[in-house]
Amino acid sequence: MTTDIIIHDEKDNVGVVVIEKITPNQDCSCWIMENNGNVKIKSLNEIPLGHKIAMIDFKIGDTIIKYGHDIGKVVQDIKKGEHVHVHNVKTKKW
Amino acid sequence: MEIPKSFLGYKRENGRVGTRNYVVILPVDDISNACAEAVANNIKGTFAIPHAYGRLQFGADLELFFDTMIGTGKNPNVAACVVIGIEPKWTKKIVDAIKTTGKPVEGFSIEGAGDIKTIMEASQKAQEFSQWASEKQREECPLSDLWISVKCGESDTTSGMAANPAVGNLMDKLEPLGVHLCFGETSELTGAEKVCASRGATPEASKKFMKTWSDYNDFILKEATNDLSESQPTAGNIAGGLTTIEEKAFGNFQKIGSRKFIDVLTPAEEPKKGPGLYFMDTSSAAGECLTLQAAAGFNIHLFPTGQGNIIGNAIEPVVKLTGNPNTAVNMKEHIDLDVSKILKGEMNMDQAGDELIKTTIRAANGRLTCAEVLGHKEFIMTKLFRSA
Repeated sequence: MTTDIIIHDEKDNVGVVVIEKITPNQDCSCWIMENNGNVKIKSLNEIPLGHKIAMIDFKIGDTIIKYGHDIGKVVQDIKKGEHVHVHNVKTKKW
Repeated sequence: MEIPKSFLGYKRENGRVGTRNYVVILPVDDISNACAEAVANNIKGTFAIPHAYGRLQFGADLELFFDTMIGTGKNPNVAACVVIGIEPKWTKKIVDAIKTTGKPVEGFSIEGAGDIKTIMEASQKAQEFSQWASEKQREECPLSDLWISVKCGESDTTSGMAANPAVGNLMDKLEPLGVHLCFGETSELTGAEKVCASRGATPEASKKFMKTWSDYNDFILKEATNDLSESQPTAGNIAGGLTTIEEKAFGNFQKIGSRKFIDVLTPAEEPKKGPGLYFMDTSSAAGECLTLQAAAGFNIHLFPTGQGNIIGNAIEPVVKLTGNPNTAVNMKEHIDLDVSKILKGEMNMDQAGDELIKTTIRAANGRLTCAEVLGHKEFIMTKLFRSA
């Protein structure tokens, strides 16, 4: 089975696309690096290599977890399977 | 994999070992570049390291300038050194400090003599050094003579998944063998600073790190006109999928594996606490960071990249690796090791670490790195504030 998405830590609520791109409504296989686990997710957008996908639904103000750590805040509601990037997430540092 | 116990290096007079055998023509200041480059052009087997500073600096900025120049000359990758400055005083200060290593070094000053006479005299000395150095042979040296610095650049999310943890795996395997290791990039640990501080080997090391990071952050808040969103993450980082400085920081941090740092170094400061991992306070700009690490005495550099940074260094060979399959193909000539198979599940981190150890030792033994064959010899002074 090929891996479409890698999740660093089991606590993470986003995954990273590791194939050239995923297309809308694609059933994607996710590999969790930390515990060698596998989960599935259906994508809603086209997402390119290296970009993130939401593994759960988010509301404004929620926290994105990657590497098991806080990497920023949600500034626009995000649905499970949507592209997560600078248009809907901002740093908490400044 | 059984890790090789030795590599082939150049033993220096002070007991350090070089992975390269350079004869360097070092200008003290901007206006001595022309003279230094003329000497390097005359005498084969030498090269000049031109730079933009060295006049009217003062205070801490002047001290860092001297540390950088002296550290560059002292680096064991440099076999011998000709120093050329406009005035005799600063030239002598640099020459005398490099001389403590026991390596051949000679200084020349241009004032009162002019470029042409200085070029002639310095060329005669450079010829002597070049022929002397050309007879040096590589000898078998324990792996503990490797001083490895690391810094990543043009990172993307593959850096945190593949290339950076591969460097971390190498650190986990080589630190027990007595290798010196160094990471820096104060700004790029923003967001992961507390987690990084917790990796100090002692409470003092942790405290020193937090003070260094806080001082840096205060400086940013004072100087910034808005925030760092335009430069951290960079446009390249964002194109590669990195969204925030926190995400970049945790990816960056994968480079130290599960190691703990034993001390925090000021820019260009030579480590004094023996083998192990050090953090150095540096800019995250690759040219500046590598120049400081080389000036601290590190003799080989590992540089993971995502979107494809092409940096090299004047005196420290730079080994580049990437986890991005597109970069590995599209920028093939810059990549010494491709670890993008990690993303496909066709290579695990243990294998990637082993491959990186093999690549590093081959480069230390003398195999030219991509940056070297492409002519990258960046040397960028860190300037703390404007000159008088």
